[in-house]
Amino acid sequence: MNALKKFLGLVWMILGPVAMTFLFIQAVEKVGLTHTDIERTNTMLQWGIILFIFLPISLGLMIFGFYAWKGEYDQLPENSEDI
Amino acid sequence: MSETLPKNNIFKVIGASSLGTLIEWYDFYIFGSLAVIIGHQLFPEDAGASALINTLAIFAAGFIVRPFGALVFGRLGDLIGRKYTFLLTLVLMGGSTFFIGLIPSYKSIGYAAPILVLILRLIQGLALGGEYGGAATYVAEHAPKDKRGFFTSWIQTTATLGLFLSLGVIVITKNILGAETFGDWGWRIPFLLSILLVVVSIYIRMKMHESPMFSKLKAEGNISKNPLKESFNNKANFKMVLLALFGATMGQGVIWYTGQFYAQSFLENTCKLDFNDSRYILLWGIAFATPFFVIFGAWSDKVGRKWIMLSGMLLGIVFYRPIYQTFLDDTDFSKVEQSDILTSKALPSSALLIGNSTDSLRTSATQVILKNGASFNVVKTDTVSNQRGIISGGEMVKDKVLPTPVFWKFVGLIFFQILLVTMVYGPIAAFLVELFPTKIRYTSMSLPYHIGNGVFGGLVPFIATLIASFAGSTPLSGLWYPIGIATLSLIIGTIYLSNKKDESIND
Repeated sequence: MNALKKFLGLVWMILGPVAMTFLFIQAVEKVGLTHTDIERTNTMLQWGIILFIFLPISLGLMIFGFYAWKGEYDQLPENSEDI
Repeated sequence: MSETLPKNNIFKVIGASSLGTLIEWYDFYIFGSLAVIIGHQLFPEDAGASALINTLAIFAAGFIVRPFGALVFGRLGDLIGRKYTFLLTLVLMGGSTFFIGLIPSYKSIGYAAPILVLILRLIQGLALGGEYGGAATYVAEHAPKDKRGFFTSWIQTTATLGLFLSLGVIVITKNILGAETFGDWGWRIPFLLSILLVVVSIYIRMKMHESPMFSKLKAEGNISKNPLKESFNNKANFKMVLLALFGATMGQGVIWYTGQFYAQSFLENTCKLDFNDSRYILLWGIAFATPFFVIFGAWSDKVGRKWIMLSGMLLGIVFYRPIYQTFLDDTDFSKVEQSDILTSKALPSSALLIGNSTDSLRTSATQVILKNGASFNVVKTDTVSNQRGIISGGEMVKDKVLPTPVFWKFVGLIFFQILLVTMVYGPIAAFLVELFPTKIRYTSMSLPYHIGNGVFGGLVPFIATLIASFAGSTPLSGLWYPIGIATLSLIIGTIYLSNKKDESIND
Protein backbone atom coordinates (compact mmCIF):
# COMPACT_ATOMS: atom_id res chain seq x y z
CA MET A 1 0.00 0.00 0.00
CA ASN A 2 2.85 2.41 0.79
CA ALA A 3 4.29 1.91 -2.71
CA LEU A 4 0.89 2.76 -4.19
CA LYS A 5 0.66 5.86 -1.99
CA LYS A 6 4.05 7.02 -3.23
CA PHE A 7 3.30 6.26 -6.90
CA LEU A 8 -0.02 8.12 -6.71
CA GLY A 9 1.87 11.00 -5.11
CA LEU A 10 3.48 11.53 -8.51
CA VAL A 11 0.05 11.44 -10.16
CA TRP A 12 -1.27 14.16 -7.80
CA MET A 13 1.82 16.26 -8.43
CA ILE A 14 1.17 16.10 -12.17
CA LEU A 15 -2.60 16.45 -11.84
CA GLY A 16 -2.34 19.88 -10.15
CA PRO A 17 -0.74 21.75 -13.10
CA VAL A 18 -2.64 19.64 -15.66
CA ALA A 19 -5.97 20.64 -14.07
CA MET A 20 -4.95 24.30 -14.02
CA THR A 21 -3.83 24.22 -17.66
CA PHE A 22 -7.12 22.58 -18.63
CA LEU A 23 -9.09 25.23 -16.72
CA PHE A 24 -7.05 28.02 -18.29
CA ILE A 25 -7.63 26.66 -21.83
CA GLN A 26 -11.33 26.27 -21.08
CA ALA A 27 -11.49 29.83 -19.77
CA VAL A 28 -9.82 31.30 -22.85
CA GLU A 29 -12.01 29.24 -25.17
CA LYS A 30 -15.33 29.93 -23.43
CA VAL A 31 -14.71 33.63 -22.85
CA GLY A 32 -13.78 33.89 -26.54
CA LEU A 33 -17.13 32.38 -27.52
CA THR A 34 -19.21 35.07 -25.79
CA HIS A 35 -20.27 38.29 -27.46
CA THR A 36 -17.89 41.03 -26.29
CA ASP A 37 -20.30 43.74 -27.37
CA ILE A 38 -22.93 42.54 -24.88
CA GLU A 39 -21.53 43.17 -21.41
CA ARG A 40 -24.01 40.92 -19.65
CA THR A 41 -23.13 37.76 -21.55
CA ASN A 42 -19.41 38.08 -20.96
CA THR A 43 -18.21 35.38 -18.57
CA MET A 44 -14.67 36.72 -18.15
CA LEU A 45 -15.25 37.71 -14.52
CA GLN A 46 -16.71 34.30 -13.63
CA TRP A 47 -13.81 32.46 -15.23
CA GLY A 48 -11.32 34.83 -13.61
CA ILE A 49 -12.79 34.00 -10.20
CA ILE A 50 -12.71 30.26 -10.93
CA LEU A 51 -9.03 30.44 -11.94
CA PHE A 52 -8.16 32.61 -8.92
CA ILE A 53 -9.81 30.18 -6.51
CA PHE A 54 -8.57 26.92 -8.02
CA LEU A 55 -4.96 28.02 -8.52
CA PRO A 56 -3.98 27.74 -4.82
CA ILE A 57 -6.03 24.54 -4.51
CA SER A 58 -4.13 22.91 -7.38
CA LEU A 59 -0.91 24.07 -5.70
CA GLY A 60 -2.18 22.34 -2.55
CA LEU A 61 -2.76 19.15 -4.57
CA MET A 62 0.82 19.30 -5.80
CA ILE A 63 2.12 19.70 -2.23
CA PHE A 64 -0.12 16.83 -1.14
CA GLY A 65 1.35 14.72 -3.94
CA PHE A 66 4.88 15.72 -2.92
CA TYR A 67 4.24 14.69 0.69
CA ALA A 68 2.75 11.39 -0.50
CA TRP A 69 5.71 10.74 -2.78
CA LYS A 70 8.11 11.45 0.11
CA GLY A 71 6.27 8.88 2.25
CA GLU A 72 4.76 11.38 4.70
CA TYR A 73 1.44 9.50 4.63
CA ASP A 74 2.93 6.01 5.04
CA GLN A 75 2.29 6.17 8.76
CA LEU A 76 -0.50 8.50 9.88
CA PRO A 77 -0.46 9.87 13.46
CA GLU A 78 -2.39 7.65 15.90
CA ASN A 79 -3.97 10.72 17.50
CA SER A 80 -3.79 14.50 17.38
CA GLU A 81 -1.19 14.53 20.21
CA ASP A 82 1.32 13.14 17.70
CA ILE A 83 0.96 16.22 15.49
CA MET B 1 -11.19 17.60 31.90
CA SER B 2 -10.91 19.62 35.09
CA GLU B 3 -13.71 19.21 37.64
CA THR B 4 -13.55 22.92 38.57
CA LEU B 5 -14.50 24.06 35.11
CA PRO B 6 -18.14 24.96 34.43
CA LYS B 7 -20.01 22.05 32.90
CA ASN B 8 -22.93 22.61 30.60
CA ASN B 9 -25.59 20.04 30.20
CA ILE B 10 -24.64 18.41 26.90
CA PHE B 11 -28.14 18.72 25.49
CA LYS B 12 -28.22 22.43 26.25
CA VAL B 13 -24.85 22.70 24.55
CA ILE B 14 -26.12 20.86 21.47
CA GLY B 15 -29.40 22.80 21.43
CA ALA B 16 -27.84 26.24 21.75
CA SER B 17 -25.07 25.50 19.24
CA SER B 18 -27.40 23.86 16.74
CA LEU B 19 -30.02 26.60 16.85
CA GLY B 20 -27.52 29.32 16.03
CA THR B 21 -25.89 27.27 13.29
CA LEU B 22 -29.29 26.38 11.84
CA ILE B 23 -30.18 30.07 11.64
CA GLU B 24 -26.90 30.86 9.91
CA TRP B 25 -27.56 28.17 7.32
CA TYR B 26 -31.11 29.49 6.88
CA ASP B 27 -29.70 32.97 6.24
CA PHE B 28 -27.20 31.59 3.80
CA TYR B 29 -29.62 29.45 1.79
CA ILE B 30 -32.62 31.73 1.30
CA PHE B 31 -30.51 33.54 -1.26
CA GLY B 32 -29.94 30.37 -3.30
CA SER B 33 -33.57 29.27 -3.00
CA LEU B 34 -34.70 32.62 -4.41
CA ALA B 35 -31.99 32.94 -7.08
CA VAL B 36 -34.42 33.25 -9.98
CA ILE B 37 -36.55 35.96 -8.33
CA ILE B 38 -33.53 37.85 -7.00
CA GLY B 39 -32.03 37.70 -10.51
CA HIS B 40 -35.08 39.53 -11.85
CA GLN B 41 -34.79 42.16 -9.11
CA LEU B 42 -31.05 42.79 -9.39
CA PHE B 43 -30.53 42.77 -13.15
CA PRO B 44 -32.23 44.29 -16.22
CA GLU B 45 -35.51 42.64 -17.25
CA ASP B 46 -34.13 41.52 -20.61
CA ALA B 47 -31.01 39.91 -19.10
CA GLY B 48 -32.56 36.43 -19.41
CA ALA B 49 -30.33 33.45 -18.55
CA SER B 50 -27.34 35.68 -17.80
CA ALA B 51 -29.31 37.18 -14.87
CA LEU B 52 -29.58 33.70 -13.36
CA ILE B 53 -25.91 32.95 -13.99
CA ASN B 54 -24.88 36.32 -12.48
CA THR B 55 -27.12 35.75 -9.47
CA LEU B 56 -25.66 32.27 -9.03
CA ALA B 57 -22.22 33.92 -9.24
CA ILE B 58 -23.16 36.28 -6.38
CA PHE B 59 -24.54 33.25 -4.51
CA ALA B 60 -21.27 31.42 -5.20
CA ALA B 61 -19.21 34.42 -4.01
CA GLY B 62 -20.60 33.77 -0.53
CA PHE B 63 -19.19 30.26 -0.72
CA ILE B 64 -15.82 31.31 -2.08
CA VAL B 65 -15.06 33.59 0.86
CA ARG B 66 -15.99 30.95 3.43
CA PRO B 67 -12.38 29.67 3.68
CA PHE B 68 -11.24 33.23 4.43
CA GLY B 69 -13.88 33.44 7.17
CA ALA B 70 -12.54 30.13 8.46
CA LEU B 71 -9.06 31.63 8.72
CA VAL B 72 -10.15 34.93 10.29
CA PHE B 73 -12.64 33.54 12.81
CA GLY B 74 -10.83 30.23 13.31
CA ARG B 75 -7.78 32.18 14.46
CA LEU B 76 -9.97 34.30 16.70
CA GLY B 77 -11.64 31.17 18.13
CA ASP B 78 -8.29 29.62 18.99
CA LEU B 79 -7.12 32.90 20.57
CA ILE B 80 -10.10 34.27 22.52
CA GLY B 81 -12.36 31.22 22.69
CA ARG B 82 -15.16 29.46 20.87
CA LYS B 83 -18.11 31.14 22.54
CA TYR B 84 -17.41 34.79 21.75
CA THR B 85 -16.25 34.03 18.23
CA PHE B 86 -19.42 32.33 17.15
CA LEU B 87 -21.50 35.02 18.83
CA LEU B 88 -19.78 37.52 16.54
CA THR B 89 -20.38 35.42 13.44
CA LEU B 90 -24.07 35.18 14.30
CA VAL B 91 -24.42 38.98 14.53
CA LEU B 92 -22.63 39.49 11.21
CA MET B 93 -24.73 36.87 9.47
CA GLY B 94 -28.06 38.11 10.84
CA GLY B 95 -27.26 41.75 10.05
CA SER B 96 -26.18 41.15 6.46
CA THR B 97 -29.20 38.93 5.74
CA PHE B 98 -31.54 41.59 7.10
CA PHE B 99 -29.95 44.26 4.90
CA ILE B 100 -30.24 42.09 1.76
CA GLY B 101 -33.99 42.22 2.42
CA LEU B 102 -33.83 46.02 2.28
CA ILE B 103 -31.78 46.47 -0.91
CA PRO B 104 -33.65 48.43 -3.63
CA SER B 105 -34.09 46.74 -7.01
CA TYR B 106 -32.17 47.37 -10.28
CA LYS B 107 -35.05 49.58 -11.45
CA SER B 108 -34.42 51.97 -8.53
CA ILE B 109 -30.62 52.12 -8.18
CA GLY B 110 -29.23 50.34 -11.24
CA TYR B 111 -26.08 48.24 -10.88
CA ALA B 112 -25.59 49.49 -7.31
CA ALA B 113 -28.21 46.85 -6.38
CA PRO B 114 -26.19 43.75 -7.33
CA ILE B 115 -22.97 45.35 -6.01
CA LEU B 116 -24.50 46.00 -2.57
CA VAL B 117 -25.94 42.50 -2.47
CA LEU B 118 -22.56 41.09 -3.43
CA ILE B 119 -20.90 42.91 -0.50
CA LEU B 120 -23.51 41.65 1.95
CA ARG B 121 -23.21 38.17 0.49
CA LEU B 122 -19.45 38.26 1.10
CA ILE B 123 -20.05 39.19 4.75
CA GLN B 124 -22.49 36.26 4.99
CA GLY B 125 -19.82 33.93 3.63
CA LEU B 126 -17.17 35.19 6.04
CA ALA B 127 -19.53 34.77 8.99
CA LEU B 128 -20.50 31.23 8.00
CA GLY B 129 -16.83 30.39 7.55
CA GLY B 130 -16.33 31.17 11.22
CA GLU B 131 -19.55 29.69 12.56
CA TYR B 132 -19.52 26.03 11.65
CA GLY B 133 -16.03 25.15 12.91
CA GLY B 134 -16.81 26.86 16.20
CA ALA B 135 -20.08 25.04 16.74
CA ALA B 136 -18.67 21.63 15.79
CA THR B 137 -15.58 22.14 17.94
CA TYR B 138 -17.64 23.43 20.85
CA VAL B 139 -19.97 20.41 20.85
CA ALA B 140 -17.17 17.89 20.29
CA GLU B 141 -15.19 19.32 23.19
CA HIS B 142 -18.18 18.69 25.47
CA ALA B 143 -18.96 15.19 24.15
CA PRO B 144 -17.82 11.89 25.71
CA LYS B 145 -15.26 10.09 23.52
CA ASP B 146 -17.56 7.21 22.53
CA LYS B 147 -20.42 9.53 21.50
CA ARG B 148 -18.55 12.22 19.61
CA GLY B 149 -20.01 11.22 16.25
CA PHE B 150 -23.51 11.05 17.71
CA PHE B 151 -23.40 14.44 19.42
CA THR B 152 -21.71 16.34 16.60
CA SER B 153 -24.16 14.83 14.11
CA TRP B 154 -26.82 17.12 15.58
CA ILE B 155 -24.73 20.05 14.37
CA GLN B 156 -24.58 18.29 11.01
CA THR B 157 -28.38 18.26 10.72
CA THR B 158 -28.48 22.05 10.91
CA ALA B 159 -27.27 22.72 7.36
CA THR B 160 -30.04 20.58 5.91
CA LEU B 161 -32.64 21.85 8.40
CA GLY B 162 -31.58 25.42 7.60
CA LEU B 163 -32.29 24.66 3.95
CA PHE B 164 -35.60 23.06 4.95
CA LEU B 165 -36.55 26.11 7.02
CA SER B 166 -35.62 28.48 4.19
CA LEU B 167 -37.70 26.51 1.67
CA GLY B 168 -40.61 26.27 4.11
CA VAL B 169 -40.63 30.00 4.87
CA ILE B 170 -40.42 30.82 1.16
CA VAL B 171 -43.26 28.48 0.16
CA ILE B 172 -45.52 29.67 3.01
CA THR B 173 -44.80 33.35 2.29
CA LYS B 174 -45.46 32.86 -1.40
CA ASN B 175 -48.70 30.96 -0.81
CA ILE B 176 -49.98 33.67 1.56
CA LEU B 177 -49.03 36.63 -0.64
CA GLY B 178 -49.58 35.12 -4.08
CA ALA B 179 -46.98 34.68 -6.82
CA GLU B 180 -47.14 38.24 -8.17
CA THR B 181 -46.80 40.04 -4.82
CA PHE B 182 -44.09 37.60 -3.76
CA GLY B 183 -42.10 38.30 -6.93
CA ASP B 184 -42.62 42.04 -6.45
CA TRP B 185 -41.66 42.56 -2.77
CA GLY B 186 -42.71 39.47 -0.79
CA TRP B 187 -39.35 37.75 -1.42
CA ARG B 188 -37.86 40.22 1.06
CA ILE B 189 -39.82 38.80 3.99
CA PRO B 190 -37.69 35.62 4.48
CA PHE B 191 -34.61 37.88 4.65
CA LEU B 192 -36.15 40.35 7.10
CA LEU B 193 -37.49 37.56 9.28
CA SER B 194 -33.93 36.46 9.96
CA ILE B 195 -33.32 39.29 12.42
CA LEU B 196 -35.89 37.86 14.86
CA LEU B 197 -34.35 34.39 14.71
CA VAL B 198 -30.87 35.80 15.26
CA VAL B 199 -31.91 37.83 18.33
CA VAL B 200 -33.37 34.69 19.95
CA SER B 201 -30.23 32.71 19.17
CA ILE B 202 -27.89 35.41 20.51
CA TYR B 203 -29.86 35.47 23.77
CA ILE B 204 -29.47 31.70 24.16
CA ARG B 205 -25.79 31.67 23.26
CA MET B 206 -24.97 34.50 25.68
CA LYS B 207 -25.90 32.13 28.50
CA MET B 208 -23.48 29.41 27.42
CA HIS B 209 -20.08 28.76 28.98
CA GLU B 210 -16.78 28.47 27.18
CA SER B 211 -15.65 25.01 26.00
CA PRO B 212 -14.06 23.11 28.95
CA MET B 213 -11.03 22.04 26.89
CA PHE B 214 -10.34 25.57 25.70
CA SER B 215 -10.86 26.94 29.24
CA LYS B 216 -8.37 24.37 30.55
CA LEU B 217 -5.77 25.34 27.95
CA LYS B 218 -6.32 29.02 28.75
CA ALA B 219 -6.02 28.44 32.49
CA GLU B 220 -2.73 26.61 31.91
CA GLY B 221 -1.49 29.37 29.58
CA ASN B 222 -1.20 26.90 26.71
CA ILE B 223 -3.36 28.56 24.06
CA SER B 224 -1.73 29.07 20.70
CA LYS B 225 0.10 32.38 20.18
CA ASN B 226 -0.31 32.20 16.41
CA PRO B 227 -2.88 29.60 15.30
CA LEU B 228 -2.42 30.30 11.59
CA LYS B 229 1.33 29.75 11.77
CA GLU B 230 0.97 26.64 13.92
CA SER B 231 -1.72 25.21 11.65
CA PHE B 232 -0.10 25.74 8.29
CA ASN B 233 3.61 26.22 8.98
CA ASN B 234 3.85 22.99 10.92
CA LYS B 235 4.32 20.27 8.29
CA ALA B 236 2.83 17.51 10.45
CA ASN B 237 -0.37 19.52 10.84
CA PHE B 238 -0.47 20.96 7.33
CA LYS B 239 -0.24 17.54 5.69
CA MET B 240 -3.33 16.50 7.70
CA VAL B 241 -5.14 19.66 6.53
CA LEU B 242 -4.38 18.64 2.91
CA LEU B 243 -5.45 15.05 3.53
CA ALA B 244 -8.71 16.17 5.16
CA LEU B 245 -9.42 18.41 2.16
CA PHE B 246 -8.58 16.07 -0.72
CA GLY B 247 -9.55 12.79 0.93
CA ALA B 248 -12.79 13.82 2.60
CA THR B 249 -14.27 17.33 2.56
CA MET B 250 -13.81 17.91 -1.19
CA GLY B 251 -15.92 14.86 -2.10
CA GLN B 252 -18.32 15.45 0.77
CA GLY B 253 -18.90 19.03 -0.41
CA VAL B 254 -19.93 18.11 -3.95
CA ILE B 255 -22.20 15.30 -2.73
CA TRP B 256 -23.90 17.73 -0.33
CA TYR B 257 -24.51 20.45 -2.88
CA THR B 258 -25.50 18.16 -5.72
CA GLY B 259 -28.14 16.37 -3.64
CA GLN B 260 -29.67 19.40 -2.05
CA PHE B 261 -28.95 22.38 -4.25
CA TYR B 262 -28.18 21.33 -7.78
CA ALA B 263 -31.14 18.93 -7.62
CA GLN B 264 -33.53 21.79 -6.91
CA SER B 265 -31.92 24.02 -9.51
CA PHE B 266 -32.12 21.18 -12.07
CA LEU B 267 -35.80 20.46 -11.37
CA GLU B 268 -36.74 24.13 -11.58
CA ASN B 269 -34.52 25.43 -14.38
CA THR B 270 -33.81 22.41 -16.57
CA CYS B 271 -36.93 20.28 -16.07
CA LYS B 272 -39.08 23.44 -15.77
CA LEU B 273 -41.06 22.14 -12.83
CA ASP B 274 -43.54 24.39 -11.08
CA PHE B 275 -41.94 26.62 -8.37
CA ASN B 276 -43.89 25.01 -5.52
CA ASP B 277 -43.63 21.44 -6.85
CA SER B 278 -39.83 21.55 -7.01
CA ARG B 279 -39.67 22.85 -3.43
CA TYR B 280 -42.27 20.42 -2.05
CA ILE B 281 -40.25 17.53 -3.49
CA LEU B 282 -37.11 18.76 -1.75
CA LEU B 283 -38.97 19.45 1.50
CA TRP B 284 -40.31 15.88 1.63
CA GLY B 285 -36.93 14.43 0.72
CA ILE B 286 -35.22 16.42 3.49
CA ALA B 287 -37.90 15.54 6.04
CA PHE B 288 -37.49 11.80 5.42
CA ALA B 289 -33.69 11.82 5.23
CA THR B 290 -32.66 14.18 8.04
CA PRO B 291 -32.79 11.57 10.87
CA PHE B 292 -30.06 9.65 9.04
CA PHE B 293 -27.49 12.34 9.90
CA VAL B 294 -27.78 11.23 13.52
CA ILE B 295 -27.97 7.53 12.59
CA PHE B 296 -24.77 7.64 10.52
CA GLY B 297 -23.07 9.93 13.06
CA ALA B 298 -23.82 7.46 15.88
CA TRP B 299 -22.87 4.48 13.72
CA SER B 300 -19.51 6.09 12.97
CA ASP B 301 -18.75 5.95 16.72
CA LYS B 302 -18.89 2.16 16.40
CA VAL B 303 -17.41 1.37 12.98
CA GLY B 304 -15.26 4.43 12.26
CA ARG B 305 -15.91 7.45 10.05
CA LYS B 306 -14.01 6.62 6.88
CA TRP B 307 -16.01 3.92 5.12
CA ILE B 308 -19.40 5.49 5.80
CA MET B 309 -18.27 8.74 4.18
CA LEU B 310 -16.57 7.06 1.22
CA SER B 311 -19.57 4.78 0.56
CA GLY B 312 -21.75 7.89 0.22
CA MET B 313 -19.34 9.27 -2.39
CA LEU B 314 -19.25 5.99 -4.33
CA LEU B 315 -23.05 5.74 -4.49
CA GLY B 316 -23.25 9.33 -5.76
CA ILE B 317 -20.70 8.64 -8.51
CA VAL B 318 -22.64 5.56 -9.67
CA PHE B 319 -26.20 6.84 -9.44
CA TYR B 320 -26.20 10.58 -10.25
CA ARG B 321 -26.52 10.23 -14.02
CA PRO B 322 -29.34 7.63 -13.97
CA ILE B 323 -31.22 9.73 -11.38
CA TYR B 324 -30.99 12.97 -13.37
CA GLN B 325 -31.82 11.16 -16.61
CA THR B 326 -35.01 9.95 -14.90
CA PHE B 327 -35.82 13.54 -13.90
CA LEU B 328 -35.49 14.57 -17.55
CA ASP B 329 -37.47 11.64 -18.98
CA ASP B 330 -40.36 11.94 -16.55
CA THR B 331 -40.78 15.68 -17.12
CA ASP B 332 -40.66 15.46 -20.90
CA PHE B 333 -44.19 16.38 -21.99
CA SER B 334 -43.26 16.86 -25.64
CA LYS B 335 -44.82 13.54 -26.67
CA VAL B 336 -48.23 14.17 -25.10
CA GLU B 337 -51.02 12.87 -27.35
CA GLN B 338 -54.26 14.79 -27.93
CA SER B 339 -56.13 11.92 -26.24
CA ASP B 340 -54.12 12.50 -23.01
CA ILE B 341 -55.38 16.08 -22.64
CA LEU B 342 -58.26 16.75 -20.28
CA THR B 343 -58.57 20.51 -20.77
CA SER B 344 -56.65 23.28 -22.45
CA LYS B 345 -57.25 27.01 -21.93
CA ALA B 346 -55.56 30.25 -22.95
CA LEU B 347 -54.10 32.42 -20.18
CA PRO B 348 -54.00 36.25 -20.33
CA SER B 349 -51.19 37.46 -22.59
CA SER B 350 -48.72 40.26 -21.80
CA ALA B 351 -46.48 42.64 -23.76
CA LEU B 352 -43.10 44.18 -22.88
CA LEU B 353 -41.34 47.00 -24.78
CA ILE B 354 -37.83 46.12 -25.98
CA GLY B 355 -35.36 48.77 -24.78
CA ASN B 356 -36.09 52.22 -26.27
CA SER B 357 -37.59 50.87 -29.50
CA THR B 358 -41.27 50.65 -30.39
CA ASP B 359 -40.96 46.87 -30.83
CA SER B 360 -42.37 44.71 -28.08
CA LEU B 361 -42.29 41.12 -26.85
CA ARG B 362 -45.73 39.54 -26.68
CA THR B 363 -46.05 36.55 -24.38
CA SER B 364 -49.05 34.26 -24.65
CA ALA B 365 -49.59 31.08 -22.67
CA THR B 366 -51.90 28.08 -22.75
CA GLN B 367 -52.50 25.96 -19.69
CA VAL B 368 -52.82 22.24 -20.44
CA ILE B 369 -54.21 19.77 -17.91
CA LEU B 370 -53.72 16.07 -18.59
CA LYS B 371 -55.98 13.20 -17.61
CA ASN B 372 -53.31 11.71 -15.30
CA GLY B 373 -53.33 14.87 -13.14
CA ALA B 374 -50.23 16.53 -14.64
CA SER B 375 -50.40 20.06 -15.97
CA PHE B 376 -48.12 22.54 -17.69
CA ASN B 377 -48.11 25.89 -19.47
CA VAL B 378 -47.07 26.29 -23.10
CA VAL B 379 -45.57 29.78 -23.33
CA LYS B 380 -45.04 31.43 -26.71
CA THR B 381 -43.06 34.65 -27.12
CA ASP B 382 -43.43 36.71 -30.33
CA THR B 383 -41.75 39.95 -31.31
CA VAL B 384 -44.23 42.57 -32.51
CA SER B 385 -42.50 45.09 -34.77
CA ASN B 386 -44.01 48.14 -36.51
CA GLN B 387 -41.73 47.64 -39.50
CA ARG B 388 -41.46 43.85 -39.72
CA GLY B 389 -44.83 42.75 -38.37
CA ILE B 390 -45.07 39.76 -36.02
CA ILE B 391 -41.94 37.62 -35.79
CA SER B 392 -42.84 34.27 -34.34
CA GLY B 393 -40.67 33.12 -31.40
CA GLY B 394 -40.18 29.71 -29.88
CA GLU B 395 -42.48 27.80 -27.56
CA MET B 396 -41.49 26.73 -24.10
CA VAL B 397 -43.18 24.24 -21.79
CA LYS B 398 -42.88 25.37 -18.17
CA ASP B 399 -44.57 25.39 -14.74
CA LYS B 400 -44.95 21.63 -14.96
CA VAL B 401 -46.97 19.96 -12.21
CA LEU B 402 -46.32 16.24 -11.91
CA PRO B 403 -48.91 13.47 -11.58
CA THR B 404 -48.97 12.11 -8.02
CA PRO B 405 -47.05 8.82 -8.64
CA VAL B 406 -44.24 10.68 -10.45
CA PHE B 407 -44.17 13.34 -7.72
CA TRP B 408 -43.51 10.65 -5.07
CA LYS B 409 -40.99 8.92 -7.32
CA PHE B 410 -39.08 12.23 -7.46
CA VAL B 411 -39.35 12.55 -3.67
CA GLY B 412 -37.78 9.07 -3.45
CA LEU B 413 -34.94 10.05 -5.78
CA ILE B 414 -34.25 13.25 -3.82
CA PHE B 415 -34.48 11.27 -0.57
CA PHE B 416 -31.83 8.89 -1.90
CA GLN B 417 -29.53 11.78 -2.79
CA ILE B 418 -29.96 13.34 0.65
CA LEU B 419 -29.35 9.92 2.22
CA LEU B 420 -25.94 10.04 0.52
CA VAL B 421 -25.50 13.52 1.99
CA THR B 422 -26.18 12.13 5.48
CA MET B 423 -23.55 9.41 4.89
CA VAL B 424 -20.80 11.81 3.88
CA TYR B 425 -21.79 14.65 6.20
CA GLY B 426 -23.09 12.97 9.38
CA PRO B 427 -19.68 11.72 10.61
CA ILE B 428 -17.44 14.46 9.18
CA ALA B 429 -17.46 16.90 12.12
CA ALA B 430 -16.20 14.20 14.49
CA PHE B 431 -13.69 13.09 11.85
CA LEU B 432 -12.25 16.61 11.52
CA VAL B 433 -12.25 17.37 15.24
CA GLU B 434 -10.28 14.19 15.95
CA LEU B 435 -7.66 15.08 13.36
CA PHE B 436 -6.32 18.22 15.07
CA PRO B 437 -5.13 19.30 18.57
CA THR B 438 -7.27 21.59 20.75
CA LYS B 439 -5.15 24.72 20.57
CA ILE B 440 -5.35 25.00 16.77
CA ARG B 441 -8.46 22.88 16.19
CA TYR B 442 -10.85 25.71 15.26
CA THR B 443 -8.45 27.06 12.61
CA SER B 444 -7.19 23.73 11.29
CA MET B 445 -10.55 22.01 10.82
CA SER B 446 -12.37 25.07 9.50
CA LEU B 447 -10.13 25.58 6.47
CA PRO B 448 -10.46 22.15 4.80
CA TYR B 449 -14.14 22.06 5.70
CA HIS B 450 -14.88 25.39 4.04
CA ILE B 451 -12.69 24.83 0.99
CA GLY B 452 -14.38 21.45 0.51
CA ASN B 453 -17.89 22.75 1.09
CA GLY B 454 -17.62 26.41 0.18
CA VAL B 455 -15.47 26.16 -2.93
CA PHE B 456 -15.87 22.63 -4.31
CA GLY B 457 -19.43 22.15 -3.04
CA GLY B 458 -20.78 25.69 -3.21
CA LEU B 459 -19.70 26.06 -6.81
CA VAL B 460 -21.66 22.96 -7.95
CA PRO B 461 -24.81 24.85 -9.09
CA PHE B 462 -22.74 27.57 -10.73
CA ILE B 463 -20.14 25.41 -12.50
CA ALA B 464 -22.68 22.73 -13.46
CA THR B 465 -24.99 25.39 -14.93
CA LEU B 466 -22.04 26.95 -16.73
CA ILE B 467 -20.93 23.59 -18.20
CA ALA B 468 -24.49 22.80 -19.27
CA SER B 469 -24.64 26.14 -21.13
CA PHE B 470 -21.64 25.29 -23.35
CA ALA B 471 -22.26 24.55 -27.01
CA GLY B 472 -22.67 20.81 -27.63
CA SER B 473 -23.38 19.98 -23.99
CA THR B 474 -26.41 18.02 -22.80
CA PRO B 475 -28.54 18.84 -19.74
CA LEU B 476 -26.59 16.14 -17.87
CA SER B 477 -23.13 17.50 -18.75
CA GLY B 478 -23.00 19.61 -15.59
CA LEU B 479 -22.95 16.42 -13.51
CA TRP B 480 -19.41 15.62 -14.64
CA TYR B 481 -18.13 18.24 -12.22
CA PRO B 482 -19.45 16.65 -8.98
CA ILE B 483 -18.83 13.12 -10.31
CA GLY B 484 -15.20 13.95 -11.17
CA ILE B 485 -14.45 15.66 -7.85
CA ALA B 486 -16.15 12.89 -5.84
CA THR B 487 -14.16 10.24 -7.74
CA LEU B 488 -10.86 11.98 -6.98
CA SER B 489 -11.76 12.34 -3.31
CA LEU B 490 -12.91 8.71 -3.12
CA ILE B 491 -9.58 7.45 -4.50
CA ILE B 492 -7.51 9.65 -2.17
CA GLY B 493 -9.68 8.86 0.85
CA THR B 494 -9.62 5.11 0.21
CA ILE B 495 -5.85 4.96 -0.12
CA TYR B 496 -4.61 7.54 2.37
CA LEU B 497 -7.21 7.93 5.15
CA SER B 498 -7.15 5.85 8.30
CA ASN B 499 -10.36 4.45 9.80
CA LYS B 500 -8.99 4.75 13.33
CA LYS B 501 -10.71 7.16 15.71
CA ASP B 502 -8.71 9.40 18.03
CA GLU B 503 -10.13 8.46 21.44
CA SER B 504 -8.68 11.49 23.25
CA ILE B 505 -9.08 14.95 21.76
CA ASN B 506 -8.11 16.59 25.06
CA ASP B 507 -4.64 17.57 23.83
